[in-house]
Amino acid sequence: MSEPLHYLPAGELARRVRARELSARELVRATLDRIAAADRRLGAFLHVDAEGAERRAAEIDEAVARRADPGPLAGVPIALKDMIATRGQPTTAGSRMLAGWIPPYDATVVQRLRAAGAVIIGKLNLDEFAMGSSNENSAFQPVRNPWDLDRVPGGSSGGPAAAVAAGLCAAALGTDTGGSIRQPASLCGVVGLKPTYGRVSRWGVIAFASSLDQVGPLTRTTADCALLLEVIAGFDPRDSTSVPEPAPRLAAELGRGAAGLTIGRPRELELPGVDPEVTAAVDTALEVMVHLGATVTDVSLPHAPYWLPTYYLLAPAEASSNLARYDGVRYGLRAGPPGQGLHDMYSRTRGSGFGAEVKRRIMLGTFALRSGYYDAYYKKAQQVRALIAADYQRAFDEVDLIATPTSPTAAFRLGEKTQDPVTMYLADVFTMGAPLAGLPGISVPCGFTPEGLPVGLQLTARALDEATLLRAAAAYERATDHAGRHPPESNLTGASGGAG
Amino acid sequence: MALTEADVLEIARLARLHLEPDEVARLRGELSAILEHMEQLKAVDTSGVEPMTHAVPMRLRLRADEPETPLPVEEAVGQAPDRADDFFQVPHILKTAASGGEGKR
Repeated sequence: MSEPLHYLPAGELARRVRARELSARELVRATLDRIAAADRRLGAFLHVDAEGAERRAAEIDEAVARRADPGPLAGVPIALKDMIATRGQPTTAGSRMLAGWIPPYDATVVQRLRAAGAVIIGKLNLDEFAMGSSNENSAFQPVRNPWDLDRVPGGSSGGPAAAVAAGLCAAALGTDTGGSIRQPASLCGVVGLKPTYGRVSRWGVIAFASSLDQVGPLTRTTADCALLLEVIAGFDPRDSTSVPEPAPRLAAELGRGAAGLTIGRPRELELPGVDPEVTAAVDTALEVMVHLGATVTDVSLPHAPYWLPTYYLLAPAEASSNLARYDGVRYGLRAGPPGQGLHDMYSRTRGSGFGAEVKRRIMLGTFALRSGYYDAYYKKAQQVRALIAADYQRAFDEVDLIATPTSPTAAFRLGEKTQDPVTMYLADVFTMGAPLAGLPGISVPCGFTPEGLPVGLQLTARALDEATLLRAAAAYERATDHAGRHPPESNLTGASGGAG
Repeated sequence: MALTEADVLEIARLARLHLEPDEVARLRGELSAILEHMEQLKAVDTSGVEPMTHAVPMRLRLRADEPETPLPVEEAVGQAPDRADDFFQVPHILKTAASGGEGKR
């Protein structure tokens, strides 16, 4: 393999570390150098834990030396969206509200990564409290798209998508509530998977909308995606919504090919606002699937036009409740002049700690839950949600997978959509259906626009059927060469040429 | 639906969210536009449809009633903005003659 170390798959890195062909310390050093060289331009990291990573790498090397197996992610440098609690390391949710807070425990997914031998290299930038589609809502800094520094990486997992695309870590974990893993994966040209609701523990993950939130991997290959999902998935008694199923075994699925699968294209999602280049790339991808032996057919999701209004009532309502905990009492920011009483302290803390988008959603959610409006807005949206889920049930009687673009456009310019919230919300028009119905979805790179920006294909599957998602995605990946393409090195380190 | 300035202030009060005057004006326009977009849900016939509260059907579980190690007190209160001994300290809740703060609402 002629790839530089920073673009090698996580699985290959772990193999080399376990075989003593590469030391974990060497790998951490190379990763820290790569971050130092390229992240000044991208802004993907909020915190790099060089000391902890080097200490952990030394432990891994020691384990390998005494013939102990550190696990399937031995020495692999992994970074986390800063929604995921890490013991002893800052966790901010991209908000001034939590600046400086150090969690006293690791999230379940972090415990599982560490137990599999992963080295947690740092925490990644995001839209504040995971609310946004461009990463421009981070209280600290925007993230830039490694394919074009004037463009957004998508959001809310913009840091994870950009860091993985640019080789600043081998893989990352993000969170997805309405598209926050899949949409940035699409805009940055990487693989991003949102598991079935309940598949991955939410314990220790900062809550945004609890009936929708899921943690999932962002990787450069489908094999790495399967590898990470196997490690983080599975029942967790600490999460009351955890599905009592063991982690799926996925590696064997990857080689099965796409022959015999039926893929549906929802007629209702042939929308006027979709870029012709995106439509063309998705059409071509589905032709590839047909060549691989899959059948592509029309399918109907009649309530798809209502995904957006349903999502933007339910998610803000849940957020307004979840974010009530940021009140200046137990952790995080406290603001306001003393002597004005408790209510004033709450209001001023929240007024100065939250950014504009978070305030907008808290206001929207508070409105929807308000007595007198509850039935007309919140309950109505819950009923439409049931119809949306029923649409999928019927569709999956006929097909195994549903295919759409992940995002209606390739990466847009910084500042292009910040003035109009509804225009920004439309960036997730294809991705909100899966979380509303609790279903797994993946975005895989499926080509490039003439300007060289990545386009993503989204596949959605039945509940708990991540295996079929990854099987189809892996077959497609083998038949194309998108996974081997990396952002221009000149964007990242100023070097000319490079991996190309 | 179009919100009034009084609506915005009342929602902000319920949310315990202090807003500056320019934020009130901006949110009034933005929330009205967003809610306008939500109106299309009214076109959906939901008569007899059970509201969906969770993405997957689930029953609440009980864990075994066995003691676990709790978070040490120092870790629990160690990052509080204000504390007194092992307690979180907050501004006064009730109005007193000496405090001059807000009363019960």
